Amino acid sequence: MSKTGTAEPVSLSALFTTFFVLGATSFGGGVVAYLREALVTGRGWLDDDEFLGDLELSQTLPGLNATNMSVIVGDRLGGLVGAVVAFLGMTLPGTVVVFVLGVLYGVHGEHPVVNAVLRGIAAAAVGLLLSVTFQIGRKEVSTSLDLVILLVTFLAVGVFHLPLMWALLTLGPASVWLYRPRSNATGSGS
Amino acid sequence: MNQIGTLIRVFALLSLLAVGGGTAVLPALKQHTVDDQHWLTNDQFRDAYSLGQVAPGPNMLMVTVIGYRVAGLLGAVAVTLAFFLPACALALCIGRVWKRFYGSPWRVAIQRGLAPVSIGLMCAGILSLARVAISGVATLVFAAIVFAVPLLRHVHPALLILGGAIGGLLLLRP
Repeated sequence: MSKTGTAEPVSLSALFTTFFVLGATSFGGGVVAYLREALVTGRGWLDDDEFLGDLELSQTLPGLNATNMSVIVGDRLGGLVGAVVAFLGMTLPGTVVVFVLGVLYGVHGEHPVVNAVLRGIAAAAVGLLLSVTFQIGRKEVSTSLDLVILLVTFLAVGVFHLPLMWALLTLGPASVWLYRPRSNATGSGS
Repeated sequence: MNQIGTLIRVFALLSLLAVGGGTAVLPALKQHTVDDQHWLTNDQFRDAYSLGQVAPGPNMLMVTVIGYRVAGLLGAVAVTLAFFLPACALALCIGRVWKRFYGSPWRVAIQRGLAPVSIGLMCAGILSLARVAISGVATLVFAAIVFAVPLLRHVHPALLILGGAIGGLLLLRP
């Protein structure tokens, strides 16, 4: 039934290199598109179904898509060591860059030019996040129940400042319960 | 080194609460680091976010900047590990178990149910970033343009961030 073991074993150095290149070249978010191109189209390590399955799980779990994907795909291809190697490849380049930027910011953060550039980036980031979230929402929010859950969550956390933990512990299970499997619907394929 | 302990505690918790990714955790991140601990000001929070946007890779590397500001190199390392490792360990464990539930209706229910919650949390995160990033007409116009452009045609997101940087350089200097 499962098709484990059909793929050739992936070398750890190839795994590291692939994720390192991804981690070093994916700017402005949108790591998912790069991931698909590298893992499915480029290397052929995953087929589309495996990729989408791993991606769905990455999105459902807490944590960032990029790092969750690196761990789950790394584990699939190279076990625990593969997961560690892929995670390090994904995060090392950006961490080093952002650390250097943080040090420089500590020295030049008050400079008016630095300040103007960072303010411009932050404003653009708000627009970009809105755009990305709008496009995700257009795909994922398909019923009025979805929209109600989305709005309740947004208002609770964004406007009424309900602590995130309480929002997750109440709204999360409630929403899953609302979408619980109904006995008469389980037979239909999905 | 009490500070390091607090950093690890705060960021490890945030790691496990980041349902919906980094954006979803922004309100809690700001609450803990700016409002509760006073590790940085609103403006510094905004700048840390921007620095994270400039770096490649995962989009929440701002946490490394925050760790550095609070406790230097050790703080940067501690925060980076604390923010990434718990969620990654969870992903590793659940990733192995999850495959056994392939086709389980509850698996579908969990994904289906958490999706609108995640998106709601992301919207709250954008609002909390906007509160510190949008001040005045120019920044509002920047955000509006960057929101609209990807809906009309495909543009590499890095170019939009670069556009924001150039726009800021030209229009936001005092």
